[in-house]
Amino acid sequence: MKLILKGGRVIDPSQNIDTVMDILIEDGKISRMEKNISISEADSKDNIEIFDLKNKMITPGFIDMHTHLREPGFEYKETIRTGSEAAVVGGFTSIACMANTDPVNDNRSVTEFIHKQARLAAMANVYPIAAVSKGQDGKVLTEFGDLKDAGAVAFSDDGNPVTDSGLMRHALEYACSFDMPVISHCEDTGLSSGGLMNEGIISTQLGLPGIPGIAEDIMVIRDISLAGFTKTRVHIAHVSTAGSVQAVREAKSAGINVTAETAPHYFTLTDEALKEFSTNFKMYPPLRGSDDVEAIKKGLRDGAIDAIASDHAPHSPIEKDVEFEYAANGIIGLETSLALSLRLVHDGILTINQLVEKMSVNPANILKIKKGSLKTGSDADITVIDMNKIWTVDADKFRSKGRNCPFNDWEFKGKAVMTIVGGDVRYADSEL
Amino acid sequence: MDLSRKDMLGIIDLSREEIDLILDTAESFKEISTRKIKKVPTLRGKTVITLFFEASTRTRTSFEIAAKRLSADTINISASTSSVVKGETLIDTAKNLESMNPDIIIIRHSAAGAAHILSGLLEQSIINAGDGAHEHPTQALLDMLTIREKRGAMEGLKIAIVGDIAHSRVARSNIYGLTKMGADVAICGPAMMIPRDIDQMGVSVYYKMEDAIRNADVVMMLRMQLERQERNLFPSLREYANHFSLNRDNINLAKDDVLVMHPGPINRGVEITPEIADGPHSVILEQVTNGVAVRMALLYLLSGGRK
Amino acid sequence: MKEKKVVMDAGEIERSLTRIAYEILERNKGTDNLTIIGIRKGGIFLSERLREKISAIEGTDIMSGTLDITLYRDDVLTTSKRPAIEKTYIPFPLDHKKVVIVDDVLFTGRTIRAAMDALMDFGRPELIQLAVLIDRGHRELPIRADFIGKSLPSSLWENISVNLTDSRNTDEVVIEES
Ligand SMILES: [Zn+2]
Ligand SMILES: [Zn+2]
Repeated sequence: MKLILKGGRVIDPSQNIDTVMDILIEDGKISRMEKNISISEADSKDNIEIFDLKNKMITPGFIDMHTHLREPGFEYKETIRTGSEAAVVGGFTSIACMANTDPVNDNRSVTEFIHKQARLAAMANVYPIAAVSKGQDGKVLTEFGDLKDAGAVAFSDDGNPVTDSGLMRHALEYACSFDMPVISHCEDTGLSSGGLMNEGIISTQLGLPGIPGIAEDIMVIRDISLAGFTKTRVHIAHVSTAGSVQAVREAKSAGINVTAETAPHYFTLTDEALKEFSTNFKMYPPLRGSDDVEAIKKGLRDGAIDAIASDHAPHSPIEKDVEFEYAANGIIGLETSLALSLRLVHDGILTINQLVEKMSVNPANILKIKKGSLKTGSDADITVIDMNKIWTVDADKFRSKGRNCPFNDWEFKGKAVMTIVGGDVRYADSEL
Repeated sequence: MDLSRKDMLGIIDLSREEIDLILDTAESFKEISTRKIKKVPTLRGKTVITLFFEASTRTRTSFEIAAKRLSADTINISASTSSVVKGETLIDTAKNLESMNPDIIIIRHSAAGAAHILSGLLEQSIINAGDGAHEHPTQALLDMLTIREKRGAMEGLKIAIVGDIAHSRVARSNIYGLTKMGADVAICGPAMMIPRDIDQMGVSVYYKMEDAIRNADVVMMLRMQLERQERNLFPSLREYANHFSLNRDNINLAKDDVLVMHPGPINRGVEITPEIADGPHSVILEQVTNGVAVRMALLYLLSGGRK
Repeated sequence: MKEKKVVMDAGEIERSLTRIAYEILERNKGTDNLTIIGIRKGGIFLSERLREKISAIEGTDIMSGTLDITLYRDDVLTTSKRPAIEKTYIPFPLDHKKVVIVDDVLFTGRTIRAAMDALMDFGRPELIQLAVLIDRGHRELPIRADFIGKSLPSSLWENISVNLTDSRNTDEVVIEES
């Protein structure tokens, strides 16, 4: 089976390509990329599928390096199947999933189970991130080597911070032996515990206990210090504050090996959104002030922030349709992340090439997976985007089991209209 | 002037005119409680539910008396928050209540925003009787009624609110109300009980009792939640009382005719010394009387044909 | 175009009130236990004038009060807007009192029904009498006035307004089509 994608604008920052051309896909790989691949050249016509992608953008498959798929343990919130289906609908060919499942992904059998479920689902590629510490309880390191052999791509106790600086140091050092990143959820729990939203005038008005931005900054600075001291690398998850952006920027210019991601809600919403106590705006880290939002946009533009990841965190109404203080943290994002990020392109904050870097090239590099490129011979993981398609979010139609989406009814310009994974069309908009 | 709203969730979104209307109405209602038969037939056939997730005999009783004096039927429901922590109970409870066809639901809850949840879910009028540290609108209204009765207006008065501002819904509702009415509001407490950026709510902030109450027309002492001590918010009750209680000495810094207020119940000797609480400046009992009148006014103004 | 007709001028109003004052005294055999209660808002001015006249005639003060009947109205919750509540002022028990309630216009009788219910909450009067300046008919309840300034059969689409002022010489009752 062969595929020809005709007439689209191909954007591949990994090869410095931004031009209209055709792509031939054979055996799940990109076999040729040039202007006007003629059909007669290829074999018989019934063995080939041709897509006319005029006025569409063709990019290396998007990668969401921070999701929570909830399986095993919380299948009522999401499964690997529903999560990876949501991924391809949202334009992602690969996703990495965090370890805070039940049981925690802290041993080979859970990692292998995730791979198996992902293969059965046959939607997006799923890359398990294993826990830093056994049971994510911040005490004893997991078996990094064994987990890597089983197919883990990174280590993170996400959901919880690694509070013990000594343990974090050892994690960073040990991960070097396997050339794997440690992803840090930065939270000083002494400052954040009991908090329900960003600390500031809005929390003061609402009478909700606040989480100060420095609860994040302090841990980002700690992790940067550790990475600098041990000459290792660290990846900062979900950056939400101006202070973190600045700390990462300075660390990079000082030559420290740090990378960082943010999530679309942190450059889209502020804590003002909480005024009606809607639990769909409750997540960790919390929505911050407008200064933070501006700083994050600037950090994306100047490269302080390397990646955009959704931190897709599905919950059921059992956890969300309750009083604000009892509600679980987290919002879903796989099916809105790309559209929210495209707003940065429409608003002139990022070029489309930069966006592809933040959502495909850089995540692949950080996780050291052979993705994020359309080079001849690489896996045919491709996202096709219609930059001008106007659509409205209807959370009830999401493939994800989660409905905890703060963007329901929002109108967007731009959408993934086709998602190809390993040469297989896993999602195509009805208009194609 | 009309109170064109379904619910009373907080003072934050009331206009000055609406506050005046409520206080004017409450002032007229006060007389009913002095009659031989302390009851008018206005809300005959209406059902008022008090739904209290936090125990508060005072507030509940005040609402209940208010409803009964207007001839409404009252149903009191006590629920414990411990059974709610698990999940949908508030929403379940709300849906159950709706099937009883009440007209007004009065809710007290330890979680900020609980009244907002009911408001969004139910057709009925919702009155917030205190939600977490967020708002306690009827307390602020009764405080404003008391001040207005004693001083004619709130415009230009210097009003000090002292105590654990961060955890006080009484403080928040009063700050919204009193600043709208033109008072000059000073708040005071140990710094860890002053929430961040509160100066943006139009108040001046003091960390020393003496600075806050100097020349004050009104001193409003907040109730100290004794369990806060466990959360390391202050070293000891003794230390707190030494520095932040209103007593015979520091009251002299305030105006000669200063009004002393407290939402009750008082921790005698902690926020306020007994001789001040029972002394000539205290209007604490008037606050209680005005509580019933303000609640009657609200029940009346929120009843009847939907706008 | 609205037609407006003055049906009582200041002089007529003054003479009616004087007559009513004498009638009240005659019927109640003096001022013992006599109390005058004006209904807000139209009855306030009239009850005050009657009180003055009676006091002047008898040379003794009589007790008086004002009553807001809004909370007793049978339509108080059916209107789209909650009517404003004014102060009621009856600072004495009505037990064993001869109560004369005063209003400007007697029409359907519903206001008077509300007023009587309200008065009962202040005690058990010996009797209640009603004094009005205008009786315009169209009763919807079995209620009649004891003292009437002027009976003025009117049609339902007519409006009767009693305009009393402090200066008194501009007092008038006008009738107009609505
Ligand atoms: Zn996290
Ligand atoms: Zn996460």
